[in-house]
Order: sequence, then C-alpha cells, then structure tokens
Amino acid sequence: MKPVNQKAWLLILPVVLCVAFSAILPLMTVVNYSVQDIISPERRVFVGTEWFKSVMRDEDLQGALLRQMTFSLAVLLVEIPLGIALALSMPAKGWKSSAVLVLVAISLLIPWNVVGTIWQIFGRVDIGLMGAALAALGFDYSYTGNASDAWFTVLLMDVWHWTPLVALLCFAGLRAIPDAYYQAASIDGASKFAVFRYIQLPKLRGVLMIAVLLRFMDSFMIYTEPFVLTGGGPGNATTFLSQYLTQKAVGQFDLGPAAAFSLIYFLIILLLCFILYNWMQRVGTADKTGAGHG
Amino acid sequence: MARIALDLAHSYLRNPQRDEDYALLPLRMTFEDGGAYALLGPSGCGKTTLLNLVSGLVSPSQGTVTFGERDVTRQSPQQRNIAQVFQFPVIYDTMTVAENLAFPLRNRGVPADRIRQRVGKVAEMLELSGQLDLRASGLAADAKQKISLGRGLVREDVSAVLFDEPLTVIDPHLKWQLRRKLKQIHQELALTLIYVTHDQVEALTFAQQVVVMTRGRAVQVGTASELFERPRHTFVGNFIGSPGMNFLAARCSGRGIEVAGHTLQMPAPAAALSAAGEFTLGVRPEYVSLAAADDPAAVPAKVVQRQDIGTYWLLTARCGEALLRARLDPESAVPGLGEQVWLKVVGPHTCYYGRDEELIAGAERVAEVPA
Repeated sequence: MKPVNQKAWLLILPVVLCVAFSAILPLMTVVNYSVQDIISPERRVFVGTEWFKSVMRDEDLQGALLRQMTFSLAVLLVEIPLGIALALSMPAKGWKSSAVLVLVAISLLIPWNVVGTIWQIFGRVDIGLMGAALAALGFDYSYTGNASDAWFTVLLMDVWHWTPLVALLCFAGLRAIPDAYYQAASIDGASKFAVFRYIQLPKLRGVLMIAVLLRFMDSFMIYTEPFVLTGGGPGNATTFLSQYLTQKAVGQFDLGPAAAFSLIYFLIILLLCFILYNWMQRVGTADKTGAGHG
Repeated sequence: MARIALDLAHSYLRNPQRDEDYALLPLRMTFEDGGAYALLGPSGCGKTTLLNLVSGLVSPSQGTVTFGERDVTRQSPQQRNIAQVFQFPVIYDTMTVAENLAFPLRNRGVPADRIRQRVGKVAEMLELSGQLDLRASGLAADAKQKISLGRGLVREDVSAVLFDEPLTVIDPHLKWQLRRKLKQIHQELALTLIYVTHDQVEALTFAQQVVVMTRGRAVQVGTASELFERPRHTFVGNFIGSPGMNFLAARCSGRGIEVAGHTLQMPAPAAALSAAGEFTLGVRPEYVSLAAADDPAAVPAKVVQRQDIGTYWLLTARCGEALLRARLDPESAVPGLGEQVWLKVVGPHTCYYGRDEELIAGAERVAEVPA
C-alpha cells in the first residue's frame, strides 16, 4: 500500500476555520432555532419539523413568495435587455466613452436607503418631479395608495438603480470582442442584427450569466429600497420575502418560524440559481445533432 | 471579377507631414484578374494596410482603388464583393460548421439548394465534409481556420480572396498541406488571390507574383526568380534568400573598380558604373566561389566561420570592413578557419546599387520560370 500524505488536511485547515466561523456556525444556530420553540432563554422545547410545516402553510408567506418571484422575473426581463441595449449604444472610445461610463455608474454609488428616499420624494404628487408630472398629466398616481402604482414605482426604482450594473458588465464584454470579428462579419455581408445575434450576443454569454445571477440574487433578497419607499404597502402589496422575514424575526420575535423560513429562503435561492446557471450553460453550447458532447 | 488597380497613399494620422507618418507611401499597383499574389515584408511594413485598402475595410487617405472600370474607393467590402481571411480564425460560435460556411451566402439571399451545393463543394475541397454538423466552437485551431478559409471561398462571384497571414496559427506540417490546398484551389477556381505573409518561403511557393514591401513602400514586384536574380533594391537582396545578399562598397578607379582597398577588373556594365562613381556591389552567397589568387574578379578575405548546413557549407569571411558569405559545395575542399582565401564576387549574377540603394545594373538575364 502506498503511504497516504495527510499534510493536505493541514493546509486546508485555515480555509475550513474561516468558512466555519463566517458561514457554517451562524447557519447552524439558525438550524438550531428552526427546530426548537424558545419560550425564554432558559426554557426551550424541541419541536422537530413543526415550524417548517407551519411556515409552508402560511398564506401570507405564500403571497410574499409569489410577489417575490414576480418581482425578480420582472427585474430580469426589463434590466437584462435594457442593459444590453444601453451597452451597445455607449461610445466605445475617447473622452465620450469615459464620460458616459461615469454617468452610467452614478446610481450604483448611492447607498440603498438613500435610493429609497430619493424615489420617495421623486414620486410625491405635491413636490416630487415624477409624481407631480404624472399628476399634471392627469394620472391618478399614488404609490402609497394604489397597489399597481406602488409596484410600478418599486420596479422603476430597481431598474434605475441596477440596470447600469448590467450595462457596465455588457460594455466590458463587448470591448473584449476582437476587431477581426466585425471585419469578418462585414466581409460576409452580415446585417447589424446578424452581427448582434451571431457575434455580440454569443460573446456576451459569460458576462450575461454573471449579470443574470447577480441581478436575480440581489432582487430576490431586496429589502432596503422598498422598505424605505413603501414600507411594504399599500396593504402588503410590496412586501417581499426579506421584509416578511424581518417582520417575523425582529418585529414579532418568532425566532423558530423565522429560522425555519430563513432556511427555506436560502434553499429557494440556491435551487433557482442552480437551475438558471445550468440552463444558461447549455444555451448556445450544446451540439445541434446531440452528438459530440464537448 | 476584374483587375484591381491601386493608385493611392494612406496615413492613419489626420495630418501626415513626413514620410514616417504614412503607413503606405504613394504607390501604383495592379493585380491582374485570376493571378496569385503575395505581399511579403517584415512586420509593420504596410502589407496588412495594403490588403485592407483592397478589401475596403480601410479607405485610402489619398488616391483611388478601381476594380476594372469601376471606382470603388469609397465602397464597403460588401459592395466590392471581396472575401478576406484573417490571421486568427474567426468563426461564429453558435453555428455549426455548415452554417458557418453558408453564412456569407445566406446574407446575400442565395437560394437554399444552391447554398447546400456550394457548402458541400467547399467542405469537400477543405476536407471538412465529416464535420459539417458539428458546432464550430468545439473544433481545433486548424479546423477553425479552414472554416474561415471556406467562408472566403464559398462565394463564386468574388472579385478577389485576400489572406492576411492565414497560416500563422497552424502547425507546420498542416501549414504545408493547407498551402498546397490553396494553390490547388487557385488553379481550380481561377480566383484572384492576394496573400500577405512575412515568410519568404510561403510567398515564393504560393504566388506567381510577389510584392516585396518595406517601410510603407512596395520596392519590387516580380516572380521568385526575378527577386532572386535581380533584386531591384538592396532591401530585397537582403530580405529574400537565406542568407541574404552580400554587399560590398565599391568605387570606380582608373580602368577598374576598387573594393576594400583592392582593385578588380571593370565589370560588364561599365558605362553605368562609371556614371555612378561610387556604388554598392551585391552578390548572392550562391554565386560567390573560391578563386585562384590574384583573380581579377576576386577579393582576398580571411575565413572567420564555417558551418555545415547539411546540403552545403556556409563560409563567412572578412574582407576589409565587410563580411562575405559563400555557399560552397560540400564536395569541394572547404578552407579552414583563419585561412586567407580569394573569393570571386564579380560575375554575370552580380548586381550593382546606387547610393539610393536602387539597382543601377544587374544580372543580364533572368531565367524564366513557367508560372
């Protein structure tokens, strides 16, 4: 038998320790809470999967989950195409390019709660630019009173805040395409659309994958901006998952159900990211005949 | 298809002042219909610029490009109907090999059955038939470059096919094969081919006419033997051949010429040389031979290096300031290091260059090689 060198375990120990303290141990306390009913610091009862069962049956939570899915889907459907379009129309060279880059990146530099405040004022019918303008045009606009107006405003705010990230990623991806591709396309007589469809889009696949995952995860965990803007209202029209969770954990101090729900939340994000990632990996790389898998 | 005529100059700067500002100095050149041309020169000599001017990827800052009777100076590559293959393979990642080959035809609205026919033919020519249904992005570099070549050849009605160092990324043994393939395709299709390279072997074997370029100038256009026997410029003499031509400073003195402090008999083009006074004598290592002492066509030199190159001996000898290289028959007695020898430098193959490095008199006749 060959002697096995066990030194590798020693070498990965620092990483194991770091991850243990930064991720695994905190997660374990959540797991711990999720299977107990904590009545007081001294009294706790093991309840098994009861919290999981009860949160799964919770209709408020199902509503929040549905809203969350709809919101994330809408964010992706708007921000990804818009980001690509923005990146395509940005100048590629010279001082104009630098100026546009800085302008586009501005919204990314604003703290999230400030973004909420900006839009809260922006949408006010009495003093806000957008609210007053819409009111002047005859719309009965109110993000505090009308659920669809609130949805529209939250979505618009997210698009304003995060589309630049998608645009910057795509811009970097576009700049990485060698000139020869455009020259070859021009020699081959490709139309502008064909250049986009067969050169730019395939070459953007990598950055788009990052953009989609980032935007999906972030939008799925959105908290600060709608909390500041609408507080989850009117009613619970814009109460998304994280806000619901915070109400449970911090507001009502229902640690057991909140912990159980945190774990479910975590698994949903993990599962959806996994599905998205694998789907995007396959799009545009599989052989059409089904043969010759690389 | 038509003959391509250039009469232009190009600078990438907006306001060129000196010669160095130009990527391409004023030049006039024609490419005959159906010819195989090579643009040969070191990196940065303007050969890719010249190619892009022909294809229309670049518009000349002065002058015109004409295809036959048609002025195409401001036309796009698409309007000029040019095919071009680049140094690095360009393929469309999401398409199969067949779709890649069909792309130039599909963009031009060619009927589907005609496309299938052409793609089949080109794939067969390039030995890609077995891979037509595979996704192009998964293939090796040489297969990808064959796809690029194929896209260049798939249209029958192109004005010309241009190659910009297309075999750089290919393994040496495949390079040879592909070059032969290209030559064969040229004979089959009778297309005008223009081929850019910095490799003289590649240029001389591929093309009927080689354009030698340096620093934005086309210094000579000619067949392989013309470039070898009568280089019109010292640059050509030096660049073509391995090793390049030997150059010796010389001047007329009395009834002969003086080379490195030694007087030789007056060579045949006496009138031209007397008119020039001072000139440079150029002789290829292939035509330098050992001579008897005090031969009136030879100079004395001291052997400083001798190398066995396999099929010949390469002898390097010092003659005054200059180094002379000679290719000697391996059968002959090769002089040893440090030995004093007489090397014959004046003969029917010797060329003479003026102070501007242009040929003033040279080899009387050039053997014609059938194209």
